[in-house]
Amino acid sequence: MPDSQAVFFWLLAALVIGSALAVVLLKNIVHSALYLFLTFVGVAGLYILLHAEFLAAVQLLIYAGAIAVLIVFAVMLVRRGDIRLSNLYSIHFLPALVVSLVLFALVAVAVGRQLWLGYLAPPPEEPLVSLARNFLGEYVIAFEVAAILLLSAIVGAVLIVRGRRRSAP
Amino acid sequence: MLQQYAIIGIFLLGAVGTAVGSIVVNWLVRPKPEPKGDKRATYECGLETIGPTWVQFKARYFLYALVFLLFDVETIFLYPWAVGFQELGFLAFVEMMIFIGILALGLWYAWKEEGLKWL
Repeated sequence: MPDSQAVFFWLLAALVIGSALAVVLLKNIVHSALYLFLTFVGVAGLYILLHAEFLAAVQLLIYAGAIAVLIVFAVMLVRRGDIRLSNLYSIHFLPALVVSLVLFALVAVAVGRQLWLGYLAPPPEEPLVSLARNFLGEYVIAFEVAAILLLSAIVGAVLIVRGRRRSAP
Repeated sequence: MLQQYAIIGIFLLGAVGTAVGSIVVNWLVRPKPEPKGDKRATYECGLETIGPTWVQFKARYFLYALVFLLFDVETIFLYPWAVGFQELGFLAFVEMMIFIGILALGLWYAWKEEGLKWL
């Protein structure tokens, strides 16, 4: 009987890799976007296995919740009337294969050379509270700057849409 | 740790099982000859559809998704604060109010520019 942690890991790994393959291989780009959502959920499961619950929540809320919606919207908005027109075959099959294999080899070598040391320091008792203490204590300026960054992103998004409306009433 | 998530797993299995189960049972008990003619028509679901189902949406809707994403990021920042609310004290509360205030400015701007108007 293998331990349950390993079983869950392999199940989640199969889910992530399977849905990632579906993203690349499916003909309908909308289905690819939906499988991307499944990939994000699988990665969130892997984070939970690593005891990184907050990261899993971030992954679910931001990636599965918002980024996936954004991608689905983007696909729906720019898609042509006929779905096949938005998912063209590439004639550069061989160069793409070579580039992907080289990238995979590079990543594999980099991972292989890594020394896996485990925990360098014991994780804090309440990781979320210590995160909040750092956010609102030592790094409060950076924290408020993050708010201004988000504000400028909102203003930028609204400005772009408004500009289009005025130029073409 | 895994035991807590086993409950979520059971819920997940229940949800998937309900969806798959209803399709399978439908498939089992339905009349076997292939439906034809009016049986394939949309009924009791509003008007007959005209043209293809895959239509293009207005590019403006992208703004809603974008604004949603940004406020989703804000929510993430609120989580650690909410968990440690008791021990973080009043100063942290004021700092968080400034944070939320800056982002409320963005909401006000989007509202003023009719970014929230549904077309």
